[in-house]
Amino acid sequence: MSEHSLPQTPRQIWMGLLARAPAARLAELCPDLPPHEVLRAPEVGAVMVEGRIGGTGQPFNLGEMTVTRCALRVGSLVGHAYVQGRDKDHARRAAVLDALLQGDQAARYRRQVLDVLQAEETTARATRAAKAAATKVEFFTLVRGDDQ
Amino acid sequence: MYVAVKGGERAIENAHAWLAEERRGDPGIAEMSIAQIRAQLALAVNRVMAEGSLYDPDLAALAIKQARGDLIEAVFLIRAYRTTLPRLGSSCPIETAQMAVIRRISATYKDLPGGQVLGPTFDYTHRLLDFKLAAEGEMPPPPAPTAPASCEDVPHVTAMLNRDGMIQTELRGTATPPDLTRTPMELPANRALRLQAITRGDEGFILSMAYSTQRGYGRTHAFVGELRIGTVAVAMEIAELGFAVDIGAIEVTECETVNQFTGSKTEPPQFTRGYGLVFGQTERKAIAMSLVDRALRWRELGEDFVGAPAQDEEFVLMHADNVQATGFLEHIKLPHYVDFQAELELVRRLRAEALATQEAAE
Amino acid sequence: MNPAALEGGFTNAAVQSAQAFRAALEAMARPGTLQPITGAAPPAPMSPAAGALLLTLCDSTTPVHLAGAHDCAALRDWVTFHCGAPLVGARDASFALGTWEAPQPVDRFAIGLPDYPDRAATLIVETTALGQTGARLRGPGIQTTAALSLPESAAFQANHALFPLGFDCFFACEGQIAALPRSTIVEAA
Repeated sequence: MSEHSLPQTPRQIWMGLLARAPAARLAELCPDLPPHEVLRAPEVGAVMVEGRIGGTGQPFNLGEMTVTRCALRVGSLVGHAYVQGRDKDHARRAAVLDALLQGDQAARYRRQVLDVLQAEETTARATRAAKAAATKVEFFTLVRGDDQ
Repeated sequence: MYVAVKGGERAIENAHAWLAEERRGDPGIAEMSIAQIRAQLALAVNRVMAEGSLYDPDLAALAIKQARGDLIEAVFLIRAYRTTLPRLGSSCPIETAQMAVIRRISATYKDLPGGQVLGPTFDYTHRLLDFKLAAEGEMPPPPAPTAPASCEDVPHVTAMLNRDGMIQTELRGTATPPDLTRTPMELPANRALRLQAITRGDEGFILSMAYSTQRGYGRTHAFVGELRIGTVAVAMEIAELGFAVDIGAIEVTECETVNQFTGSKTEPPQFTRGYGLVFGQTERKAIAMSLVDRALRWRELGEDFVGAPAQDEEFVLMHADNVQATGFLEHIKLPHYVDFQAELELVRRLRAEALATQEAAE
Repeated sequence: MNPAALEGGFTNAAVQSAQAFRAALEAMARPGTLQPITGAAPPAPMSPAAGALLLTLCDSTTPVHLAGAHDCAALRDWVTFHCGAPLVGARDASFALGTWEAPQPVDRFAIGLPDYPDRAATLIVETTALGQTGARLRGPGIQTTAALSLPESAAFQANHALFPLGFDCFFACEGQIAALPRSTIVEAA
């Protein structure tokens, strides 16, 4: 039941971006957190990752990954985060940003954090893709010497 | 039979102290950091994640450091740690068709959409020791060359074969898969359960099982239809939000074999598939997994059971796990003093009886 | 999701769930004793004691059945957010929550299988009063006899007759729990 290929809402996009971001980079871009009320303190757990048989078929359990989640309130806005790894600050910061991005300061945080993360993720992905592309095999047929 | 034995505490404490000293080794040599292990022993880290069945490179690196490089011991540490984590849920199935590939090769088609991408592979190296790496203060190698890349998804090779019905298809499903970490494995296992057991199984064992099928013990004539390595996003449905979000991204290796199949009573001749999917860059394991998966499918495909070990579900699934195997194997080194005394008594009595019979006969 | 549903969970999950688990363990091991259990503040009509049990024992792999008045939006959201447990009908439930009247008939709940007696339901029964009076209890964990204010005796006698199969019960009242495992012999007062 993947939602991957469906168009994502802006909130789905930013939550994904905040989850995939390196925790240290996120902390640099948004060092100071506004006061917030914790609803679910950052909690480290495991999520079972599913694959599909044959890449397209029935789901099976591939193995778990560590995930940290957090829920909190900034003013009246509730922010949630589920982020890969065991970094509680990462989860807290992502949840605060999730709340802020729903508020009237959204444009500012979008510029300050999301746009930068998006650009860096795109660059990192493009760099790997470009290195992979350089290892693509260019076949050319060797002509045997039968017909002159 | 086991008996509680007291009196070894000081010996155990001292043994642990010595172990800690030995683990660190000569303090005159710089200590290895977790980051160094993660970055420079990445394939060991991948193996520990795959067999530990927990994707977390930092933890796997820590386990390798603590286990002094004994990877099965490191897997054991990871398995023990994961039992302390609350299960937050299950992800949506990852979509390997949307993988950001760094390697993607096919042994069945030369020209195919997306091309043959070699990636950072050991293939084509000459397996000659590089003594330059032994020198201190190695200069980092220059960045690898780049070439213009397309950002489009790379289609699966089997999707191309699917189009003209030449290969058995895998229909998309939503059944909740069985989970052997929650419910003890029961046989016969369905394919989803078998794949979970194999992907976390010992690489050496799975490799040997796969190799045995190639040498004729349950031969399945496999071609590597496709092998791909890359990063996929992991999404999860968040109950309190009511929608799915990406929670991270993981590196995986996927292998699909294409196997000869002569057809059965109900199926025309077509190709069948074996599937391998493993955490990290773990291509030997993924290829081996797909061969073993295919060998275990003899029943559903109406093939004969020829008595090959790789076809025997109980043999493969019950012996694939290196933590289980290590636990049972190594427990025999623990005190069995009472058992052995009983055996000793028994053998003495049998000997006495045998000698008495012998004497009587003479 | 109702914002109130996000409140009332453990504030220090590691410590509080360990303490609550200990209380649950004590209650099950010594049927008829009352154990204090704290840390949860669920929406009405769930008691704090039942809330702490759910937070401690339930997760995404333990389907929960909310019976009667407990099957309300506020509690459904609370259980979903704090436990992640799927909400199901009586037959599929690992845990069921309600007053004694609500989940009847109780023979709908899982009693386990001969090979896996652990695959049985645990009922969390909300009561308005919990005391060491009433039905007489004997069996494992009870030195001679104990007494517990059970809502009835017949259903628990029938359940005990299924042993080693059968469901297990917690009784929750405000900040206290008691338990009646399937192994306990119940005699009407």
